[in-house]
Amino acid sequence: MAEVQIKNYTLNFGPQHPAAHGVLRMVMELDGEVVERIDPHIGLLHRGTEKLIEHKTYMQAMPYFDRLDYVAAMSQEHAFVLAAEKLLGCEVPERGQYIRVLFSEISRILNHIMNVCAQAMDVGATTPMLWAFVERETLMEFYERASGARMHAAYFRVGGVHQDISEKLEDDIRTFIEHFPAVLDDVEALLTENRIFKQRNVDIGIVSEEEAMGWGFSGVMLRSTGLAWDLRKAQPYDVYAKMDFDIPVGLNGDCFDRYLMRMEEMRQSMRIMTQCLDQMKPGPVLSTDPKVAPPRRSEMKTSMEALINHFKHYTEGVKVPAGETYTAVEAPKGEFGVYLVSDGSNKPYRCKIRAPGFAHLQGMDFLTKGHMLADASAILGSLDIVFGEVDR
Amino acid sequence: MNEALVELGELIAAERSDEVVSTNVAFGELTVIVRAESLDKFLEFLRNDPNCKFEILCDVCGVDYPTRAKRFDVVYNLLSLRHNQRIIVKAETDARTPVPSVVGLFPTANWFEREAWDMYGIMFSGHPDLRRMLTDYGFEGHPLRKDFPLTGYVELRYSEDEKRVVYEPVNLTQEFRKFDFESPWEGTEYVLPGDEKAEGQG
Repeated sequence: MAEVQIKNYTLNFGPQHPAAHGVLRMVMELDGEVVERIDPHIGLLHRGTEKLIEHKTYMQAMPYFDRLDYVAAMSQEHAFVLAAEKLLGCEVPERGQYIRVLFSEISRILNHIMNVCAQAMDVGATTPMLWAFVERETLMEFYERASGARMHAAYFRVGGVHQDISEKLEDDIRTFIEHFPAVLDDVEALLTENRIFKQRNVDIGIVSEEEAMGWGFSGVMLRSTGLAWDLRKAQPYDVYAKMDFDIPVGLNGDCFDRYLMRMEEMRQSMRIMTQCLDQMKPGPVLSTDPKVAPPRRSEMKTSMEALINHFKHYTEGVKVPAGETYTAVEAPKGEFGVYLVSDGSNKPYRCKIRAPGFAHLQGMDFLTKGHMLADASAILGSLDIVFGEVDR
Repeated sequence: MNEALVELGELIAAERSDEVVSTNVAFGELTVIVRAESLDKFLEFLRNDPNCKFEILCDVCGVDYPTRAKRFDVVYNLLSLRHNQRIIVKAETDARTPVPSVVGLFPTANWFEREAWDMYGIMFSGHPDLRRMLTDYGFEGHPLRKDFPLTGYVELRYSEDEKRVVYEPVNLTQEFRKFDFESPWEGTEYVLPGDEKAEGQG
Protein backbone atom coordinates (compact mmCIF):
# COMPACT_ATOMS: atom_id res chain seq x y z
CA MET A 1 0.00 0.00 0.00
CA ALA A 2 1.30 3.41 -0.89
CA GLU A 3 2.29 5.69 1.93
CA VAL A 4 -0.31 8.32 2.66
CA GLN A 5 0.68 11.71 3.97
CA ILE A 6 -1.69 12.71 6.78
CA LYS A 7 -2.01 16.41 7.32
CA ASN A 8 -2.89 17.92 10.68
CA TYR A 9 -6.33 19.34 10.89
CA THR A 10 -6.91 22.83 12.22
CA LEU A 11 -10.14 23.33 14.08
CA ASN A 12 -11.68 26.51 15.31
CA PHE A 13 -13.24 26.06 18.75
CA GLY A 14 -15.56 28.88 19.74
CA PRO A 15 -15.93 31.83 20.21
CA GLN A 16 -19.55 30.77 20.74
CA HIS A 17 -19.03 27.24 21.96
CA PRO A 18 -21.02 26.33 25.11
CA ALA A 19 -18.08 24.42 26.58
CA ALA A 20 -15.84 27.47 26.20
CA HIS A 21 -17.44 28.99 29.32
CA GLY A 22 -17.78 32.35 27.70
CA VAL A 23 -16.24 33.87 24.65
CA LEU A 24 -13.07 31.96 24.00
CA ARG A 25 -11.72 31.17 20.58
CA MET A 26 -9.21 28.38 20.41
CA VAL A 27 -7.37 27.43 17.28
CA MET A 28 -6.65 23.74 17.67
CA GLU A 29 -4.26 21.69 15.64
CA LEU A 30 -5.45 18.12 15.59
CA ASP A 31 -3.79 14.95 14.49
CA GLY A 32 -6.84 12.81 13.99
CA GLU A 33 -8.59 13.28 17.31
CA VAL A 34 -5.43 14.01 19.28
CA VAL A 35 -4.71 17.62 20.13
CA GLU A 36 -1.26 18.71 19.01
CA ARG A 37 -1.37 22.40 19.80
CA ILE A 38 -3.86 24.92 21.11
CA ASP A 39 -3.68 28.62 20.58
CA PRO A 40 -6.32 30.38 22.67
CA HIS A 41 -7.38 33.75 21.32
CA ILE A 42 -8.72 35.82 24.17
CA GLY A 43 -9.85 39.39 24.47
CA LEU A 44 -13.33 39.02 23.00
CA LEU A 45 -14.75 40.31 26.27
CA HIS A 46 -12.11 43.00 26.77
CA ARG A 47 -13.80 46.09 28.19
CA GLY A 48 -10.76 48.14 29.16
CA THR A 49 -11.44 47.89 32.88
CA GLU A 50 -7.95 49.02 33.80
CA LYS A 51 -8.22 52.09 31.61
CA LEU A 52 -11.64 52.95 33.00
CA ILE A 53 -10.41 52.62 36.57
CA GLU A 54 -7.69 55.19 35.85
CA HIS A 55 -10.47 57.67 35.13
CA LYS A 56 -12.58 56.96 38.21
CA THR A 57 -12.24 57.73 41.88
CA TYR A 58 -11.52 54.85 44.21
CA MET A 59 -15.15 54.44 45.20
CA GLN A 60 -16.30 54.56 41.59
CA ALA A 61 -13.63 52.06 40.55
CA MET A 62 -14.75 49.45 43.04
CA PRO A 63 -17.85 48.16 41.18
CA TYR A 64 -15.71 47.24 38.17
CA PHE A 65 -14.32 44.42 40.25
CA ASP A 66 -17.70 42.72 40.46
CA ARG A 67 -17.71 42.54 36.72
CA LEU A 68 -14.39 40.74 36.46
CA ASP A 69 -15.12 37.33 37.85
CA TYR A 70 -18.87 37.72 38.01
CA VAL A 71 -19.26 34.22 39.42
CA ALA A 72 -17.64 35.23 42.72
CA ALA A 73 -17.96 38.98 42.73
CA MET A 74 -17.00 39.90 46.26
CA SER A 75 -13.62 38.19 46.26
CA GLN A 76 -12.42 40.62 43.63
CA GLU A 77 -13.71 43.61 45.55
CA HIS A 78 -11.80 42.32 48.52
CA ALA A 79 -8.46 42.53 46.69
CA PHE A 80 -9.08 46.09 45.59
CA VAL A 81 -10.22 47.46 48.93
CA LEU A 82 -7.30 45.76 50.68
CA ALA A 83 -4.88 47.38 48.24
CA ALA A 84 -6.40 50.82 48.73
CA GLU A 85 -6.47 50.35 52.50
CA LYS A 86 -2.82 49.43 52.48
CA LEU A 87 -1.93 52.68 50.74
CA LEU A 88 -4.23 54.68 52.99
CA GLY A 89 -3.01 52.88 56.08
CA CYS A 90 -6.49 52.70 57.57
CA GLU A 91 -7.96 50.34 60.08
CA VAL A 92 -11.06 48.29 59.40
CA PRO A 93 -13.51 47.67 62.27
CA GLU A 94 -13.58 44.07 63.35
CA ARG A 95 -17.17 43.42 62.41
CA GLY A 96 -16.45 44.79 58.95
CA GLN A 97 -13.59 42.34 58.59
CA TYR A 98 -15.76 39.43 59.69
CA ILE A 99 -18.49 40.34 57.24
CA ARG A 100 -15.96 40.57 54.46
CA VAL A 101 -14.52 37.17 55.24
CA LEU A 102 -18.03 35.74 55.56
CA PHE A 103 -18.99 37.01 52.14
CA SER A 104 -15.67 36.05 50.57
CA GLU A 105 -16.42 32.50 51.63
CA ILE A 106 -19.97 32.72 50.31
CA SER A 107 -18.35 33.81 47.04
CA ARG A 108 -16.09 30.79 47.16
CA ILE A 109 -19.06 28.46 47.48
CA LEU A 110 -20.86 30.34 44.70
CA ASN A 111 -17.85 29.88 42.48
CA HIS A 112 -17.21 26.25 43.26
CA ILE A 113 -20.85 25.27 42.76
CA MET A 114 -20.71 26.91 39.37
CA ASN A 115 -17.42 25.34 38.45
CA VAL A 116 -18.04 21.80 39.67
CA CYS A 117 -21.47 21.63 38.10
CA ALA A 118 -20.50 23.28 34.84
CA GLN A 119 -17.49 21.02 34.49
CA ALA A 120 -19.70 18.01 35.19
CA MET A 121 -22.06 19.30 32.53
CA ASP A 122 -19.14 19.54 30.10
CA VAL A 123 -18.45 15.87 30.56
CA GLY A 124 -22.07 14.86 30.38
CA ALA A 125 -23.70 15.11 33.82
CA THR A 126 -26.74 17.35 33.82
CA THR A 127 -28.27 16.73 37.23
CA PRO A 128 -25.67 18.34 39.55
CA MET A 129 -26.25 21.66 37.85
CA LEU A 130 -30.00 21.42 38.45
CA TRP A 131 -29.64 20.45 42.09
CA ALA A 132 -26.85 22.72 43.20
CA PHE A 133 -28.09 25.82 41.43
CA VAL A 134 -31.01 25.95 43.83
CA GLU A 135 -28.43 26.52 46.57
CA ARG A 136 -26.54 28.97 44.45
CA GLU A 137 -29.69 31.02 44.18
CA THR A 138 -30.03 31.00 47.98
CA LEU A 139 -26.50 32.33 48.28
CA MET A 140 -27.17 35.05 45.76
CA GLU A 141 -30.17 35.94 47.85
CA PHE A 142 -27.77 36.49 50.75
CA TYR A 143 -25.78 38.76 48.47
CA GLU A 144 -28.96 40.62 47.68
CA ARG A 145 -30.02 40.96 51.29
CA ALA A 146 -26.64 42.38 52.25
CA SER A 147 -25.96 44.62 49.29
CA GLY A 148 -29.14 44.95 47.26
CA ALA A 149 -27.85 43.12 44.20
CA ARG A 150 -27.74 39.44 43.35
CA MET A 151 -24.55 39.53 41.39
CA HIS A 152 -22.82 42.88 41.03
CA ALA A 153 -22.88 43.61 44.71
CA ALA A 154 -20.54 46.61 45.12
CA TYR A 155 -20.73 45.87 48.81
CA PHE A 156 -17.17 46.22 50.09
CA ARG A 157 -15.82 49.67 50.72
CA VAL A 158 -12.40 51.03 51.45
CA GLY A 159 -12.54 50.84 55.24
CA GLY A 160 -15.11 48.08 55.66
CA VAL A 161 -18.41 47.21 54.04
CA HIS A 162 -21.25 49.47 53.03
CA GLN A 163 -23.94 48.21 55.39
CA ASP A 164 -24.36 45.99 58.36
CA ILE A 165 -26.15 42.68 57.90
CA SER A 166 -29.28 41.90 59.84
CA GLU A 167 -29.60 39.30 62.56
CA LYS A 168 -32.20 37.50 60.46
CA LEU A 169 -29.66 37.18 57.65
CA GLU A 170 -27.11 35.73 60.05
CA ASP A 171 -29.67 33.15 61.15
CA ASP A 172 -30.54 32.29 57.59
CA ILE A 173 -26.88 31.80 56.70
CA ARG A 174 -26.66 29.42 59.66
CA THR A 175 -29.67 27.51 58.38
CA PHE A 176 -28.03 27.30 54.98
CA ILE A 177 -24.82 25.92 56.51
CA GLU A 178 -26.90 23.27 58.26
CA HIS A 179 -28.60 21.90 55.20
CA PHE A 180 -26.06 22.55 52.44
CA PRO A 181 -23.76 19.60 53.28
CA ALA A 182 -26.64 17.26 52.41
CA VAL A 183 -26.80 18.80 48.94
CA LEU A 184 -23.04 18.42 48.57
CA ASP A 185 -23.41 14.76 49.57
CA ASP A 186 -26.05 14.30 46.90
CA VAL A 187 -23.83 15.86 44.25
CA GLU A 188 -20.90 13.74 45.38
CA ALA A 189 -23.08 10.64 45.25
CA LEU A 190 -23.79 11.47 41.62
CA LEU A 191 -20.23 12.24 40.60
CA THR A 192 -17.44 10.90 42.78
CA GLU A 193 -17.91 7.20 42.06
CA ASN A 194 -19.61 7.71 38.74
CA ARG A 195 -17.92 5.55 36.11
CA ILE A 196 -18.38 7.99 33.25
CA PHE A 197 -17.33 11.00 35.30
CA LYS A 198 -14.17 9.22 36.41
CA GLN A 199 -13.35 8.04 32.92
CA ARG A 200 -13.55 11.59 31.70
CA ASN A 201 -11.56 13.17 34.54
CA VAL A 202 -9.09 10.79 36.16
CA ASP A 203 -5.56 11.26 34.76
CA ILE A 204 -6.73 14.04 32.47
CA GLY A 205 -4.84 17.31 32.39
CA ILE A 206 -2.12 16.38 34.85
CA VAL A 207 -0.02 19.26 36.20
CA SER A 208 3.30 18.69 37.87
CA GLU A 209 4.70 20.93 40.58
CA GLU A 210 7.39 22.47 38.34
CA GLU A 211 4.89 23.14 35.59
CA ALA A 212 2.43 24.74 37.96
CA MET A 213 5.09 27.06 39.34
CA GLY A 214 6.60 27.90 35.98
CA TRP A 215 3.23 28.73 34.50
CA GLY A 216 2.25 30.89 37.44
CA PHE A 217 -0.64 28.71 38.56
CA SER A 218 -2.33 29.45 41.84
CA GLY A 219 -5.29 28.37 43.92
CA VAL A 220 -6.74 24.95 43.26
CA MET A 221 -4.55 24.46 40.20
CA LEU A 222 -1.38 24.85 42.27
CA ARG A 223 -2.68 22.88 45.24
CA SER A 224 -3.73 19.97 43.04
CA THR A 225 -0.02 19.21 42.63
CA GLY A 226 0.31 18.67 46.38
CA LEU A 227 1.61 22.09 47.42
CA ALA A 228 -0.34 23.35 50.41
CA TRP A 229 -0.16 26.99 49.42
CA ASP A 230 -3.11 29.13 50.36
CA LEU A 231 -2.84 32.90 50.80
CA ARG A 232 -5.49 32.76 53.50
CA LYS A 233 -3.00 30.76 55.59
CA ALA A 234 0.35 31.96 54.25
CA GLN A 235 -0.32 35.69 54.11
CA PRO A 236 -3.56 36.09 56.06
CA TYR A 237 -5.61 39.21 55.52
CA ASP A 238 -8.56 40.53 57.52
CA VAL A 239 -9.55 37.94 60.15
CA TYR A 240 -8.39 34.83 58.30
CA ALA A 241 -5.58 34.50 60.85
CA LYS A 242 -8.21 33.71 63.50
CA MET A 243 -9.96 31.09 61.41
CA ASP A 244 -9.40 27.39 61.79
CA PHE A 245 -9.68 25.52 58.53
CA ASP A 246 -7.88 22.93 56.42
CA ILE A 247 -6.44 23.23 52.98
CA PRO A 248 -7.23 20.28 50.74
CA VAL A 249 -4.38 19.31 48.42
CA GLY A 250 -4.32 16.98 45.45
CA LEU A 251 -2.21 13.91 44.88
CA ASN A 252 -2.14 13.52 41.12
CA GLY A 253 -2.83 17.01 39.83
CA ASP A 254 -5.53 15.82 37.43
CA CYS A 255 -9.04 17.08 36.74
CA PHE A 256 -10.57 14.60 39.16
CA ASP A 257 -8.37 15.83 42.02
CA ARG A 258 -9.40 19.36 41.30
CA TYR A 259 -13.04 18.36 41.44
CA LEU A 260 -12.53 16.63 44.81
CA MET A 261 -10.64 19.62 46.18
CA ARG A 262 -13.35 22.05 45.18
CA MET A 263 -15.94 19.91 46.92
CA GLU A 264 -13.82 19.86 50.07
CA GLU A 265 -13.10 23.59 49.87
CA MET A 266 -16.83 24.25 49.98
CA ARG A 267 -17.06 22.30 53.24
CA GLN A 268 -14.08 24.22 54.62
CA SER A 269 -15.70 27.49 53.58
CA MET A 270 -18.73 26.56 55.63
CA ARG A 271 -16.45 25.99 58.61
CA ILE A 272 -15.04 29.48 58.18
CA MET A 273 -18.51 30.95 57.80
CA THR A 274 -19.68 29.29 61.03
CA GLN A 275 -16.66 30.66 62.87
CA CYS A 276 -17.33 34.13 61.48
CA LEU A 277 -20.93 34.03 62.63
CA ASP A 278 -19.92 32.76 66.07
CA GLN A 279 -17.17 35.31 66.63
CA MET A 280 -18.89 38.37 65.17
CA LYS A 281 -19.86 41.01 67.69
CA PRO A 282 -22.08 44.01 67.09
CA GLY A 283 -20.20 47.16 66.19
CA PRO A 284 -19.38 49.46 63.33
CA VAL A 285 -18.82 47.87 59.93
CA LEU A 286 -17.23 50.82 58.19
CA SER A 287 -14.27 52.91 59.26
CA THR A 288 -15.35 55.98 61.20
CA ASP A 289 -12.38 57.98 59.96
CA PRO A 290 -13.93 60.80 57.90
CA LYS A 291 -10.86 60.82 55.65
CA VAL A 292 -11.51 57.24 54.59
CA ALA A 293 -15.24 56.55 54.54
CA PRO A 294 -18.32 58.70 54.09
CA PRO A 295 -20.53 59.29 57.13
CA ARG A 296 -23.70 57.30 57.72
CA ARG A 297 -26.75 58.64 56.02
CA SER A 298 -28.57 59.28 59.29
CA GLU A 299 -25.70 61.46 60.47
CA MET A 300 -25.69 63.30 57.20
CA LYS A 301 -29.30 64.34 57.76
CA THR A 302 -28.55 66.06 61.05
CA SER A 303 -24.96 67.28 60.95
CA MET A 304 -23.65 70.00 58.67
CA GLU A 305 -20.05 68.69 58.78
CA ALA A 306 -21.25 65.22 57.90
CA LEU A 307 -23.14 66.62 54.94
CA ILE A 308 -20.07 68.43 53.62
CA ASN A 309 -17.99 65.35 54.23
CA HIS A 310 -20.50 63.17 52.42
CA PHE A 311 -20.52 65.55 49.47
CA LYS A 312 -16.73 65.54 49.26
CA HIS A 313 -16.65 61.75 49.35
CA TYR A 314 -19.11 61.37 46.51
CA THR A 315 -17.59 64.06 44.28
CA GLU A 316 -13.92 64.40 44.94
CA GLY A 317 -13.44 61.04 46.58
CA VAL A 318 -10.60 59.99 48.82
CA LYS A 319 -7.06 61.17 48.17
CA VAL A 320 -4.80 58.18 48.46
CA PRO A 321 -1.15 58.85 49.39
CA ALA A 322 1.36 58.26 46.63
CA GLY A 323 2.83 54.80 46.54
CA GLU A 324 2.38 51.40 45.03
CA THR A 325 1.39 48.02 46.26
CA TYR A 326 0.75 44.54 44.99
CA THR A 327 -1.98 43.03 47.11
CA ALA A 328 -3.34 39.58 46.49
CA VAL A 329 -6.18 37.57 47.92
CA GLU A 330 -7.01 33.92 47.64
CA ALA A 331 -9.96 34.22 45.29
CA PRO A 332 -11.86 30.99 44.57
CA LYS A 333 -9.99 30.64 41.29
CA GLY A 334 -6.55 31.39 42.65
CA GLU A 335 -4.39 34.34 43.46
CA PHE A 336 -6.23 37.47 42.47
CA GLY A 337 -3.85 40.40 42.70
CA VAL A 338 -4.18 44.13 42.32
CA TYR A 339 -1.11 46.18 41.53
CA LEU A 340 -2.18 49.65 42.51
CA VAL A 341 -0.12 52.76 41.82
CA SER A 342 -1.29 56.00 43.34
CA ASP A 343 0.12 59.41 42.52
CA GLY A 344 -1.50 61.05 45.53
CA SER A 345 -4.64 62.15 43.68
CA ASN A 346 -8.19 60.91 44.04
CA LYS A 347 -7.88 58.45 41.15
CA PRO A 348 -5.65 55.41 40.79
CA TYR A 349 -2.73 56.16 38.50
CA ARG A 350 -2.51 52.55 37.45
CA CYS A 351 -4.46 49.53 38.53
CA LYS A 352 -3.22 46.28 37.09
CA ILE A 353 -5.49 43.35 37.71
CA ARG A 354 -3.78 40.02 37.96
CA ALA A 355 -6.42 37.46 37.19
CA PRO A 356 -5.72 33.83 38.07
CA GLY A 357 -7.64 32.63 35.02
CA PHE A 358 -5.27 34.45 32.70
CA ALA A 359 -2.31 32.37 33.85
CA HIS A 360 -4.37 29.18 33.92
CA LEU A 361 -5.73 29.56 30.43
CA GLN A 362 -2.20 30.02 29.20
CA GLY A 363 -1.45 26.51 30.39
CA MET A 364 -4.17 25.12 28.13
CA ASP A 365 -1.61 24.37 25.43
CA PHE A 366 0.66 22.14 27.49
CA LEU A 367 -2.23 20.60 29.45
CA THR A 368 -4.07 19.37 26.38
CA LYS A 369 -1.08 18.29 24.32
CA GLY A 370 -1.54 14.63 23.48
CA HIS A 371 -5.07 14.43 24.87
CA MET A 372 -8.17 13.72 22.85
CA LEU A 373 -10.30 16.51 21.53
CA ALA A 374 -13.11 15.64 23.94
CA ASP A 375 -10.72 16.04 26.89
CA ALA A 376 -10.05 19.63 25.94
CA SER A 377 -13.44 20.68 27.24
CA ALA A 378 -12.98 18.67 30.46
CA ILE A 379 -9.63 20.36 31.06
CA LEU A 380 -10.97 23.77 30.19
CA GLY A 381 -13.79 23.22 32.66
CA SER A 382 -11.45 22.22 35.47
CA LEU A 383 -9.22 25.26 34.88
CA ASP A 384 -12.12 27.35 36.13
CA ILE A 385 -12.12 30.06 33.54
CA VAL A 386 -14.41 33.05 33.61
CA PHE A 387 -13.89 35.48 30.81
CA GLY A 388 -14.77 38.54 32.76
CA GLU A 389 -11.47 38.31 34.59
CA VAL A 390 -9.33 36.84 31.83
CA ASP A 391 -10.16 39.58 29.35
CA ARG A 392 -10.75 42.36 31.88
CA MET B 1 8.37 41.35 58.40
CA ASN B 2 9.82 44.69 57.34
CA GLU B 3 13.29 44.02 58.76
CA ALA B 4 13.49 40.77 56.85
CA LEU B 5 12.60 42.61 53.65
CA VAL B 6 15.14 45.37 54.25
CA GLU B 7 17.74 42.69 54.87
CA LEU B 8 16.79 40.84 51.72
CA GLY B 9 16.92 44.08 49.74
CA GLU B 10 20.42 44.84 51.02
CA LEU B 11 21.53 41.32 50.27
CA ILE B 12 20.24 41.50 46.72
CA ALA B 13 21.76 44.93 46.18
CA ALA B 14 25.14 43.73 47.46
CA GLU B 15 25.07 40.54 45.42
CA ARG B 16 24.04 42.16 42.14
CA SER B 17 25.43 45.66 42.62
CA ASP B 18 26.02 46.23 38.90
CA GLU B 19 22.39 45.45 38.01
CA VAL B 20 20.41 46.97 40.87
CA VAL B 21 19.72 50.69 40.73
CA SER B 22 17.92 50.99 44.05
CA THR B 23 15.90 49.04 46.59
CA ASN B 24 13.07 50.31 48.70
CA VAL B 25 10.69 48.89 51.29
CA ALA B 26 7.30 50.56 51.52
CA PHE B 27 3.90 49.30 52.70
CA GLY B 28 5.57 46.07 53.73
CA GLU B 29 6.70 45.33 50.20
CA LEU B 30 10.14 45.21 48.69
CA THR B 31 10.67 47.05 45.42
CA VAL B 32 13.88 46.69 43.45
CA ILE B 33 14.67 48.87 40.47
CA VAL B 34 17.09 47.28 38.04
CA ARG B 35 18.69 48.17 34.74
CA ALA B 36 16.45 47.05 31.90
CA GLU B 37 19.19 45.36 29.88
CA SER B 38 20.06 42.92 32.66
CA LEU B 39 16.49 42.11 33.70
CA ASP B 40 16.58 38.50 32.56
CA LYS B 41 19.83 37.81 34.41
CA PHE B 42 18.51 39.47 37.52
CA LEU B 43 15.28 37.49 37.52
CA GLU B 44 17.27 34.31 36.95
CA PHE B 45 19.32 35.18 40.03
CA LEU B 46 16.11 35.80 42.01
CA ARG B 47 14.72 32.47 40.94
CA ASN B 48 17.80 30.38 41.64
CA ASP B 49 19.48 32.02 44.62
CA PRO B 50 18.77 29.99 47.79
CA ASN B 51 18.05 33.16 49.78
CA CYS B 52 15.50 34.40 47.25
CA LYS B 53 13.86 31.45 45.49
CA PHE B 54 11.31 33.66 43.78
CA GLU B 55 10.01 30.84 41.64
CA ILE B 56 6.57 32.09 40.71
CA LEU B 57 6.14 35.05 38.43
CA CYS B 58 2.74 36.39 39.40
CA ASP B 59 2.44 39.29 37.09
CA VAL B 60 4.14 41.42 34.47
CA CYS B 61 2.72 44.80 33.65
CA GLY B 62 3.60 48.20 32.31
CA VAL B 63 3.06 51.63 33.80
CA ASP B 64 3.17 54.75 31.69
CA TYR B 65 4.77 58.03 32.82
CA PRO B 66 4.62 60.17 29.67
CA THR B 67 6.65 63.02 31.15
CA ARG B 68 9.72 60.89 31.70
CA ALA B 69 12.44 60.36 29.09
CA LYS B 70 12.09 56.61 29.56
CA ARG B 71 8.36 56.64 29.83
CA PHE B 72 7.54 53.06 30.75
CA ASP B 73 8.04 51.06 33.88
CA VAL B 74 7.98 47.31 33.37
CA VAL B 75 6.90 45.76 36.64
CA TYR B 76 7.46 42.14 37.60
CA ASN B 77 5.74 40.71 40.66
CA LEU B 78 7.38 37.60 42.00
CA LEU B 79 6.44 35.26 44.77
CA SER B 80 8.61 32.89 46.75
CA LEU B 81 6.74 29.95 48.21
CA ARG B 82 9.84 28.79 50.06
CA HIS B 83 10.29 32.02 52.01
CA ASN B 84 6.71 33.28 51.78
CA GLN B 85 7.82 36.60 50.37
CA ARG B 86 6.98 38.85 47.50
CA ILE B 87 9.14 41.19 45.52
CA ILE B 88 8.41 43.86 42.95
CA VAL B 89 11.07 44.29 40.27
CA LYS B 90 10.91 47.36 38.07
CA ALA B 91 12.87 48.52 35.06
CA GLU B 92 12.54 51.64 32.98
CA THR B 93 12.33 51.64 29.21
CA ASP B 94 10.94 53.65 26.33
CA ALA B 95 8.87 52.75 23.30
CA ARG B 96 11.98 51.98 21.22
CA THR B 97 14.25 50.03 23.55
CA PRO B 98 13.27 46.41 23.98
CA VAL B 99 13.42 44.70 27.37
CA PRO B 100 14.87 41.18 27.47
CA SER B 101 12.04 38.68 27.61
CA VAL B 102 11.91 36.20 30.50
CA VAL B 103 9.79 33.58 28.74
CA GLY B 104 12.77 31.20 28.87
CA LEU B 105 12.83 31.48 32.67
CA PHE B 106 9.12 31.68 33.41
CA PRO B 107 6.87 30.28 30.68
CA THR B 108 3.99 32.24 32.19
CA ALA B 109 5.64 35.50 31.11
CA ASN B 110 4.59 34.71 27.54
CA TRP B 111 1.05 36.06 27.75
CA PHE B 112 1.85 38.75 30.31
CA GLU B 113 4.52 40.19 28.02
CA ARG B 114 2.18 39.99 25.07
CA GLU B 115 -0.33 41.93 27.11
CA ALA B 116 2.24 44.59 28.04
CA TRP B 117 3.12 44.89 24.37
CA ASP B 118 -0.52 45.17 23.44
CA MET B 119 -1.44 47.72 26.09
CA TYR B 120 1.69 49.88 26.14
CA GLY B 121 3.80 49.00 23.13
CA ILE B 122 6.66 47.83 25.31
CA MET B 123 8.90 45.59 23.24
CA PHE B 124 10.41 42.38 24.54
CA SER B 125 13.47 41.00 22.79
CA GLY B 126 13.63 37.25 22.44
CA HIS B 127 9.89 36.73 22.92
CA PRO B 128 8.78 33.78 20.77
CA ASP B 129 5.47 35.20 19.64
CA LEU B 130 4.86 38.87 20.41
CA ARG B 131 1.32 39.20 19.07
CA ARG B 132 -1.47 41.33 20.44
CA MET B 133 -3.30 39.76 23.33
CA LEU B 134 -6.52 41.45 24.36
CA THR B 135 -7.40 43.95 21.69
CA ASP B 136 -9.22 43.21 18.46
CA TYR B 137 -7.62 41.66 15.39
CA GLY B 138 -6.05 44.51 13.44
CA PHE B 139 -6.25 46.99 16.29
CA GLU B 140 -3.98 50.01 16.07
CA GLY B 141 -2.43 51.84 18.99
CA HIS B 142 -1.73 50.93 22.58
CA PRO B 143 -4.82 51.65 24.68
CA LEU B 144 -3.39 51.92 28.18
CA ARG B 145 -0.93 54.66 27.30
CA LYS B 146 -1.86 57.86 29.03
CA ASP B 147 -2.11 59.71 25.72
CA PHE B 148 -4.66 57.24 24.35
CA PRO B 149 -8.16 58.67 24.83
CA LEU B 150 -10.63 56.78 27.00
CA THR B 151 -13.15 56.70 24.18
CA GLY B 152 -10.64 55.28 21.71
CA TYR B 153 -10.43 56.30 18.06
CA VAL B 154 -12.75 53.85 16.31
CA GLU B 155 -16.07 52.25 17.07
CA LEU B 156 -17.68 49.35 15.30
CA ARG B 157 -21.19 48.50 14.27
CA TYR B 158 -22.94 46.03 12.04
CA SER B 159 -23.60 47.60 8.67
CA GLU B 160 -26.88 46.48 7.14
CA ASP B 161 -25.74 47.65 3.68
CA GLU B 162 -22.45 45.83 3.61
CA LYS B 163 -23.68 42.88 5.71
CA ARG B 164 -20.58 42.98 7.90
CA VAL B 165 -19.12 44.74 10.91
CA VAL B 166 -17.55 48.05 9.99
CA TYR B 167 -15.18 50.33 11.87
CA GLU B 168 -15.88 54.05 11.98
CA PRO B 169 -14.25 56.97 13.76
CA VAL B 170 -15.77 57.53 17.19
CA ASN B 171 -18.72 59.86 16.96
CA LEU B 172 -19.99 61.12 20.28
CA THR B 173 -23.34 62.89 20.45
CA GLN B 174 -21.97 64.86 23.34
CA GLU B 175 -18.39 65.92 23.97
CA PHE B 176 -16.64 63.54 26.35
CA ARG B 177 -16.62 65.19 29.74
CA LYS B 178 -13.86 64.66 32.21
CA PHE B 179 -14.65 66.14 35.56
CA ASP B 180 -11.90 67.29 37.83
CA PHE B 181 -13.34 67.21 41.31
CA GLU B 182 -10.09 67.79 43.10
CA SER B 183 -10.29 70.77 45.37
CA PRO B 184 -8.03 73.49 44.00
CA TRP B 185 -6.61 74.42 47.38
CA GLU B 186 -5.10 71.03 48.07
CA GLY B 187 -4.87 69.24 44.74
CA THR B 188 -3.29 70.75 41.66
CA GLU B 189 -0.96 73.65 42.19
CA TYR B 190 -2.16 76.59 40.17
CA VAL B 191 0.84 78.86 39.69
CA LEU B 192 -0.13 82.47 39.00
CA PRO B 193 1.80 84.12 36.19
CA GLY B 194 4.89 85.70 37.64
CA ASP B 195 4.84 83.63 40.82
CA GLU B 196 7.36 81.15 39.50
CA LYS B 197 10.03 83.87 39.75
CA ALA B 198 9.58 83.94 43.50
CA GLU B 199 10.32 80.20 43.70
CA GLY B 200 13.55 79.43 45.44
CA GLN B 201 14.10 82.96 46.70
CA GLY B 202 12.32 82.22 49.95
